Amino acid sequence: MKIVTQNACQLCAPLGASLVFKGIKNCVPLLHGSQGCATYIRRYLISHFREPIDIASSSFTEETAVFGGEKNLRQGLDNVIRQYEPDVVGIASTCLSETIGDNVPSILKEWLKDRSVESSIRVPELVQVSTPSYSGSHSTGFHQTVLALTSTFAGTFTEKEESCDSHDLNLFPGMISTEDIRNLKYWLGLYGIKGMILPDYSESLDGPAWYDYQKIPGGGCPVESIKVSSRAKLSLELSGTLDDDESSAFWLFRNKGVQAYSLPQPIGIDLSDLFFSRLSDLSGRDLPDILAAQRGRLLDAYADAHKYLYGRKAVVFGEKDHVLALSVFLEEIGIIPVLCATGEGKGLKSAMDTCLKKPEEVEVLDYSDFDEIEKRAAALSCDLAVGNSKGYKLSKSLGIPLIRTGFPVHDRIGAQRLSCLGYSGTQLLFDRIVNTVMEEQQNSSPVGYTYI
Amino acid sequence: MSESTLLKEREKQIFTKGKDQHEIICDRKSLAGSVSQRACVFCGSRVVLYPVADALHLIHGPIGCAAYTWDIRGSLSSGPELHRLSFSTDLKERDVIYGGEKKLEGSLMTLIDRYNPKAAFIYATCIVGIIGDDVAGICKKVSQSKNIPVIPVHSEGFKGTKKDGYKAACDALFSLVGTGSISKILPLSINILGEFNLAGEAWIIRKYYEEMGINIVSIMTGDGRIDDIRRAHGAKLNVVQCSGSMMPLAKMMEEKYGIPFIRVSYFGFEDMCEALYDVARFFSDEPGVFEKAKVLTAREIERVYKVIKIMGEDLKGKKAAVYVGGAFKAFSLIKALRLVGMDVVLVGSQTGDKEDYKVLKEMCNPGTIIVDDSNPLELSRFVLEKKADLFIGGVKERPIAMKLGIGFCDHNHERKIALAGFEGMLNFVREIHSSVMSPVWKFFPRYNKKCGLL
Repeated sequence: MKIVTQNACQLCAPLGASLVFKGIKNCVPLLHGSQGCATYIRRYLISHFREPIDIASSSFTEETAVFGGEKNLRQGLDNVIRQYEPDVVGIASTCLSETIGDNVPSILKEWLKDRSVESSIRVPELVQVSTPSYSGSHSTGFHQTVLALTSTFAGTFTEKEESCDSHDLNLFPGMISTEDIRNLKYWLGLYGIKGMILPDYSESLDGPAWYDYQKIPGGGCPVESIKVSSRAKLSLELSGTLDDDESSAFWLFRNKGVQAYSLPQPIGIDLSDLFFSRLSDLSGRDLPDILAAQRGRLLDAYADAHKYLYGRKAVVFGEKDHVLALSVFLEEIGIIPVLCATGEGKGLKSAMDTCLKKPEEVEVLDYSDFDEIEKRAAALSCDLAVGNSKGYKLSKSLGIPLIRTGFPVHDRIGAQRLSCLGYSGTQLLFDRIVNTVMEEQQNSSPVGYTYI
Repeated sequence: MSESTLLKEREKQIFTKGKDQHEIICDRKSLAGSVSQRACVFCGSRVVLYPVADALHLIHGPIGCAAYTWDIRGSLSSGPELHRLSFSTDLKERDVIYGGEKKLEGSLMTLIDRYNPKAAFIYATCIVGIIGDDVAGICKKVSQSKNIPVIPVHSEGFKGTKKDGYKAACDALFSLVGTGSISKILPLSINILGEFNLAGEAWIIRKYYEEMGINIVSIMTGDGRIDDIRRAHGAKLNVVQCSGSMMPLAKMMEEKYGIPFIRVSYFGFEDMCEALYDVARFFSDEPGVFEKAKVLTAREIERVYKVIKIMGEDLKGKKAAVYVGGAFKAFSLIKALRLVGMDVVLVGSQTGDKEDYKVLKEMCNPGTIIVDDSNPLELSRFVLEKKADLFIGGVKERPIAMKLGIGFCDHNHERKIALAGFEGMLNFVREIHSSVMSPVWKFFPRYNKKCGLL
């Protein structure tokens, strides 16, 4: 591992936790640590989603760091509940509270005990996750939080919840755009599948204009659905890089006997076929006509554009899950993903070896940073960059175009609406890639062709 | 929105002029669970030191703090751009157990060899002290071995508020001041403190002073250079903007080197003129300085006021809300907004002190709400209650305004448009004009309940 990280290609775990909690219905995230953690993460998320994102903090002081965070966490909970009236408070730890050894579960237990006596305050559901930023990345924090929600609530349903909220499919989409979450819902509808999407921040982080400030924006996965997830027929997890012990789908399989599959994010025809075939198996229905038509048009576009792409060399970077699926897709359309990099820990290489047709053409970097990625991309003569907007520096200094996808996109409007999943999302991403290449060719020619 | 959203513990940090009598409580730690807009001690240090462009800025701790502050400010440099890179020791679990000193030392040696900086700032983040790392010791060792200043910045996030971070940054700068040669410094010379060269603002201000015949020894920290900071004690006067952050340094320099300071602001005509006149008055023994300042201000105001006046016609009577980091900026904004006929209905700051709030109380019109260390629920409630047409703030205030259909102007450290000086005032009025006058707002639910989310 490197001695120093230069221009990180990852963020810290509490950011992932906050994002997941924003995808739970009527939930407020509360970070147990310094005020700065919550504020920096808010700022970072707001710059991507361009939505108000309220994240509470237990606002540590020097005293807290010496005597422990119990008093602050209790006060934080009380104030969050008074201000926001949430149904759920999601508590994520930080490096500070973990290092001083706060026992969050026991603090919460005590608080609950006291609050059940005092009736003046409405007690919400609590869920807590351990997310010190010295361990893993934002993506780790994301998956850990989904797992915490699953393991806390699955199977704890009441009779009423079982009859009202049960569904057939648990869908764990991982970190995808709000537009793609909406697409997943639409597709489940086409198949007639009742499903839970955990988390679902498609409305809470991409909402309409407001008349009044929404203390907790609408939408989100209801806790009731998580409770009955143990009764579903199938769990699908869009990742392909998670170990079994990090996986909510496998947790439900091991503990509740729900059948589980983990697939890469469905980007490109191969991976989308795989995904939709699972939905077909579950529902007993063939690929719906609408999707079949989308697939046909996508394939048609592949033919129209194939010559512009063949043999191009791409550098791909971001979260493991996204990099894996992107590289499979790029290989499928004739672009060689010569350099695939993530700031996260191991897991990408073995997944790539399994999923790619020619893994020997690909250099995989894990625990990487943008300094290293830029150096290797230059050495490998990459001519296309695919990933989040933090790759702009690399793209500028190497003089290669950047196709923005994933998280974050801080330098463009509409990151929420960037879609890349399924045939329709792939179509949008594909067109963007091809047009970037065509624009580059057009601009670099002195002739000024108007037909290309 | 229900009354319950205002927390009892915060009542005294909110004040309506003409209605309330209490003294505004401020300078407090943020209340847990209140969703403060403030960041932490580290943030305070990081924003102040960030623009020093030929220094290495190494953040010692887990990855988050460095990742969230990579290229975070719009501070421009006329030369090196080392400040725009993000360096972290990226502490992992085993470093937390066994300590991060070795990693810190290794990181420093590697980075100094590669980038050859003039100095290095080492920011200690939350857990560094708790795991027992002797940051100062490592800094000393590396400094001796590499022969450049390696300065620890005591910026553990929880050890106070953003203001304490400013103080830690001032301490770091102060350790450099006095270590350079002042032999070639001319008599009419100043340091500009608290000007961060966002969108080139420091260059605008420098040009003005130079036109008056004043020499700039150092700007702390906009377009900052270590060698300039080292000889800052050779200046005759410290001109302090953003006094919330830089007063500790000005006071330390006054005490040790006998350099007096004045507080100024470069926003708006009124304060910009005063900032030039005050310096001219200081050098009143020198013939011609004041005259030059007068010529400059008259020329510049004539040049830009024509345009501002036209836009002012549209803005007259519109209402503005202001929520910024330091209160001193709020004073200038109130005056600047008045120049175009706008009324400030809400004003607040993250870090204002008692004196600041006294001034605000005096400046504001009756009915204006004044807030300290506010949060989204309060701010959104007050901007709606007061029917604001414009919100001036930073990234975290932006979506509050835009969701509700209120114009917005970014006056925070991420801005990419120069708002200081006379041309800055022109840009500022253009900014607010283009937001307030945009035709898009008419579709918003506050004007038209039929659409959007009611």
